[in-house]
Amino acid sequence: MIYDIKNETMKREDMENLQLEKFKKILHYVYKNVPYYKNKYDLAGFHPSMVKTLNDIKKVPFTEKSDLRDAYPYGLLAVPTSQLKRIHASSGTSGKPTVVCYTENDMEVWTECCARVCVAAGLTSDDIVQVSFGYGLFTGALGMHQGASRVGAAIIPASSGNTERQAMLLKDLKATALVSTPSYALHIAEIARKLGYDIKKDFNLKLGLFGSEASSEEMHIEIAKQLNLFTTDNYGLSEVIGPGVSGECRKKKGMHINEDHFYPELINSDTLEPVKSGEVGELVLTTLTKNAMPVIRYRTKDICKLDYSPCECGRTTVRMSKILGRSDDMLIIRGVNVFPSQIESVIMDIPEIGSQYEIIVTRENNMDRLEVRVEVADASLLTDYKKLMDLSNKVKHNLRVVLQIDAHVKLVEPLSLKRFEGKANRVTDLRKKS
Amino acid sequence: MKVKQIAVFLENRKGRLCDFAKILHEANINIKGMYIADTTDYGILRVITNDNDKAMKVLKENGFNTTVTELIGFKVADKPGEMHKVLKLLNDSNVDISYLYSYSELGSNQAAILIKVEDNDFVSKLLLSNNVEPFIEN
Repeated sequence: MIYDIKNETMKREDMENLQLEKFKKILHYVYKNVPYYKNKYDLAGFHPSMVKTLNDIKKVPFTEKSDLRDAYPYGLLAVPTSQLKRIHASSGTSGKPTVVCYTENDMEVWTECCARVCVAAGLTSDDIVQVSFGYGLFTGALGMHQGASRVGAAIIPASSGNTERQAMLLKDLKATALVSTPSYALHIAEIARKLGYDIKKDFNLKLGLFGSEASSEEMHIEIAKQLNLFTTDNYGLSEVIGPGVSGECRKKKGMHINEDHFYPELINSDTLEPVKSGEVGELVLTTLTKNAMPVIRYRTKDICKLDYSPCECGRTTVRMSKILGRSDDMLIIRGVNVFPSQIESVIMDIPEIGSQYEIIVTRENNMDRLEVRVEVADASLLTDYKKLMDLSNKVKHNLRVVLQIDAHVKLVEPLSLKRFEGKANRVTDLRKKS
Repeated sequence: MKVKQIAVFLENRKGRLCDFAKILHEANINIKGMYIADTTDYGILRVITNDNDKAMKVLKENGFNTTVTELIGFKVADKPGEMHKVLKLLNDSNVDISYLYSYSELGSNQAAILIKVEDNDFVSKLLLSNNVEPFIEN
């Protein structure tokens, strides 16, 4: 099944013409409506009229996460706040979150794109979908919720956490599809087995729509085996729209990008030049149709490949490979973006601990575990254990406020953490490369 | 009756306690009493030495985090019921003990008991007025 035959099976030439027209339009739109973009382009000596062909797009200055941070909260808005219908946020690189806004048009684009992803994965109006992403500011849950709803499926908004109940609901409500992170799917399977469920007999799952963290093919095979379902991968990021940027079809040969809405490019992260056809590069996305907060040439920092050949499924939209890595130091922990700089900002604000820290990420029982090691600097806390426990709880609490996830805080001796003379490498990711 | 104790933050990893002892050894400092509880990641090592100032100095030089705490020290005879007598006295006076440890010198018929309480002056007076023998070190 294809949700939008016209836009998903367009000839390459037609798609390119459409993209060029939309690209030119959105450039003029942001230049006129967003002073932040105008100033930036003026400073760079760029003007929207300089783009005449798709090849000219490489002249357009990039947008980065730091732009969204500098413009916090509404500096990149192209419309008055009275026109907004939804506001989401994701974690920023330091204390403040990255805010993203949607007009009614944007909500429609978003819902439509998520519906395409759902249909490509094989979802139908007969399905019962359990959404086990955390509902809230995070775009993942509501985005996929809206998409599946548009397709006509029944939604169980289970949210994340309380995994025993997740497993019980899957079983009792006979859910046929699961939306979650791939690692959480494995965790649910494990808990279900612990509860004594026979997944093959007790569960009715047929389809998994997994996203919000990179996952390997091997991991998908494992999930398929454990939950006895067909797995699909999808991709999105809140700065661009949330989920709905791309998703796998039943052929599972890459994630189809909704490129009539999101224009993809691959660049070399060092030279910032486009990579040669077929080469691996950093994905750069431009929103062609969003009104509230368009992003132009947004550097996702996600590394992947693009395949422009038509797919066996009938779609002609470009397919992106699974995410092969990151060009920055962002970690994705339990589906949440974590920047070491966020952790650093918390550490620096607590005088009882030193300014050095180490971040260790591991996977235990299919769940990511974040450990932050800090040095005890204030000797007056050594009079009793309670003071030390209060300190580690304070660090944990402050990390939670900024990161939205729990970290294990380990207090260590002063001067025991590694010191760096050159570029600091404070992060150890011991999870199996996925 | 008041005894100075050094508290040292010690990570729970192999060899760390030995490192600590080596530093005091090399500085020719005698450890009179020492106490550490089992915990997961770290512990507070509590130690009484014959030269606390010097011990603090060499430990700091070697990167250890230390602080001084004042404890109450008293002696009890090495026979049944002696400990109970003192603890009952403290309990009847509503004194809270945050922690306690003891050590006995070889060949002595008394044990030295060290307790951490809130109000050292009150507890010293209480014990002395009830004829509990003070323990005085360093």
